[in-house]
Amino acid sequence: MFALANTLKKRGVLGLNQRNAEYTLWHNPRRLYPLVDDKLTTKRLAEHAGLAVPQLYGTIEIQRQVRTLPELLQPYEDFVIKPAQGSGGDGIVVITGRRKTRYRKVSGQLISQEALDHHVDNILSGLYSLGGHPDKALIEYRVKFDPIFESISFQGVPDVRIIVFLGVPVMAMVRLPTKMSDGKANLHQGAIGVGIDLATGKTLRGVWNNEIVIEHPDTEHPVQGVQIPWWDLLLNIAARSYELTGLGYQGVDMVLDRDQGPLILELNARPGLNIQIANQAGLEPRLKLVEQCHSELSGLEARLAFAKERFQCPST
Amino acid sequence: MSKRHLYVLVTMLCALSLGAFAYKTLVLKFPLVAETQASLWDIEVHISFHAKNKPVKVSLFLPKNTRRYAIVDENFISHGFGLSTLKDDQNRQAVWSKRRAKGKQSLYYRGTVHRIEVTEPPADKSAPRSKTSTFTGVKLEAAKALLSEILDRSADTSSLVAELTSRLRQPNSNRDQNLLLLLGKKSTTEKTLYVATEILALAKIPARIVHGVRLQNHSGQPQFVHWLQVFDEGLWKSHDPETGNPKLPDDYFTWWRGAEPVMELTGGSGLNMTISIAPNQEEAIEAAMLQSQFAAPKFLEFSLFALPLDKQAVYRVLLMIPLGAFLLLILRNVIGIKTFGTFMPILIALAFRETQLLWGIILFSLVVALGLSMRFYLEHLKLLLVPRLAAILIIVVLLMAVLSIVSHKLGLERGLSVALFPMVILTMTIERMCIVWEERGAQESIQQGLGSLTVAVLTYVAMTLPHVEHLLFVFPELLLLLLAGTLLLGRYSGFRLLELRRFKALAQDSG
Repeated sequence: MFALANTLKKRGVLGLNQRNAEYTLWHNPRRLYPLVDDKLTTKRLAEHAGLAVPQLYGTIEIQRQVRTLPELLQPYEDFVIKPAQGSGGDGIVVITGRRKTRYRKVSGQLISQEALDHHVDNILSGLYSLGGHPDKALIEYRVKFDPIFESISFQGVPDVRIIVFLGVPVMAMVRLPTKMSDGKANLHQGAIGVGIDLATGKTLRGVWNNEIVIEHPDTEHPVQGVQIPWWDLLLNIAARSYELTGLGYQGVDMVLDRDQGPLILELNARPGLNIQIANQAGLEPRLKLVEQCHSELSGLEARLAFAKERFQCPST
Repeated sequence: MSKRHLYVLVTMLCALSLGAFAYKTLVLKFPLVAETQASLWDIEVHISFHAKNKPVKVSLFLPKNTRRYAIVDENFISHGFGLSTLKDDQNRQAVWSKRRAKGKQSLYYRGTVHRIEVTEPPADKSAPRSKTSTFTGVKLEAAKALLSEILDRSADTSSLVAELTSRLRQPNSNRDQNLLLLLGKKSTTEKTLYVATEILALAKIPARIVHGVRLQNHSGQPQFVHWLQVFDEGLWKSHDPETGNPKLPDDYFTWWRGAEPVMELTGGSGLNMTISIAPNQEEAIEAAMLQSQFAAPKFLEFSLFALPLDKQAVYRVLLMIPLGAFLLLILRNVIGIKTFGTFMPILIALAFRETQLLWGIILFSLVVALGLSMRFYLEHLKLLLVPRLAAILIIVVLLMAVLSIVSHKLGLERGLSVALFPMVILTMTIERMCIVWEERGAQESIQQGLGSLTVAVLTYVAMTLPHVEHLLFVFPELLLLLLAGTLLLGRYSGFRLLELRRFKALAQDSG
């Protein structure tokens, strides 16, 4: 047991306690949390800074507005409904089309207007929000993901997460939905996490349920060595998110749209630690390195260059 | 920088805590371990009632010196009432009276009882006269018939009493007509004893009902126990009607004798009485202070022992909560067990104190399982969050009532002691579990449920250790030690034990 703990320590694996005590507690002032905990605020902030986000179709903020939902949805064939303060992808419904009065979910299942209303009700009453606060429901553009992911994802939209520490991207992964994860890009639920070489944007090996995989379990296409398109832009957006919120340690979640390119989905003030498993590497040495050098890094370009140079993967 | 600050603070807290502890144990010689067989007990009676602006009179039977117990100290708090104590050969009675009183009234009696070594009493008392039976008509005939049956089967007074009590103890179904007539369908211990004294009166054997309490640590409100005393071979001999045992447990403490109720009120309503019984540790501590050559410092007068008994009992429980919280902290942040809600397991553990462990676990699992299935049903109705929570709360309360009734019918008395089980907490647990179930799957949900239960059980075990309870109550400064430990753990940034399993893949050689 202690031997295992020691090995992990030596490899620089970051635990939950350490992340909280040494990183989020110090670098993420509590007063900045509302900026990222409410996706609507994040969206406005990003738009203001000229960063692309999925287009907002509308919001539902009070119970009475739920009645106007059909009207609001009328012009759109497909859309996404999500809680503004949800966490971990909970409470997100993706509608890909309509069939008479019903909506088709991404899984192909049909859902009635009534059930959709109820879902929005639940969102408003705070079922999915952190701490159960009353919440808002956002209705927004459904991302059509880049064809590069067609062969290595099942139903849902793969997203790219980049951990940014003091404005320097330190680690990245792409999360690929599987049949098991029910189309959700959540590692807990069975999505594959695939590490990304920060220097090149090429994928490394993947991790699925704590085991290392090189092929997607549903499509059997290799997940390794895939070049993520728009990689430099992705890194650029991630690094700029630091100025956007002021949070020292954050996770930037982005999607790649076929037509619009990278879009910011959400920012996370307490990003999970699974990214280490996907990358087969610990976060701690990288964070320490940034802590040492960040005072010398002035400007966005310097930070990006630093990340690309120091955090490239030797095996690729 | 701030780490050093923390260490200094922790060191100071530890020093303060251990210093006070050492001073109390080494210099003042406070007892480290609770006396297992306490010889001193504090009994406190709180009487409350509503006066109706009329002359009021309250009478209360008081314990008196017996051959096993001596009352060493007693006092009354009368709040403007006149107090007199009466004494006859059987009982002692306090009578409070007032010309005019209005509104809620409170009266207190507090006594300290000393257990004395049992010496066999002199057997020279002249026999008291037996009372005359008050039975008439059918009841008299039934009693006579029963008595003659019993007389046939017994040789002397003690075998007669044994036979009589065993008859009276028979369950309803086995009773013959005579017994049914005398006892009625529902018989309490007191009624049974009353019938026993009447029958013994027919046989010209002096007998009386004795009421008392058990001198032990009660988890709830102490209940009166009743037994029978029969005058035989020159002395009063006790018989336990529940067991038929001619010898009573040592901790039975006689309160009053006869068939009258313990207290009576004229000129008011809503008479209520709460009794608290607790071992008197103060004596041991006072003795310790007297022995030491140092004068006891003033601050000790401000100890928890200065509080009334029922408040002391509350603090005995309250002081254990920090221990539970500390354990919870370790289980969550060092081991990494996932639970629903941060402090929910502590509340569940507190509820276990009322129900005892096994029954508590059964109850918790049953209510959560049933509530969860109801919650899944409610899902179809598409209710809003708050009404749904209220609905689950109502269902939970109903479920508990049903469980209590069923367990009572099955003869499991434990089921009745659940009144304080935190229903709101259970409701929230059910709701959270249901959501996790849907969002993360059954496995995760059950895992967290079991995690909560495990933590609750462990904290319960820690919070009910009698030695620890004694230590924390006599030495509350030890809580500072817990505080220091908590502060230190607040900066613990190592791995959680269960994280090791999660990151195992990273420890293998990845090449």
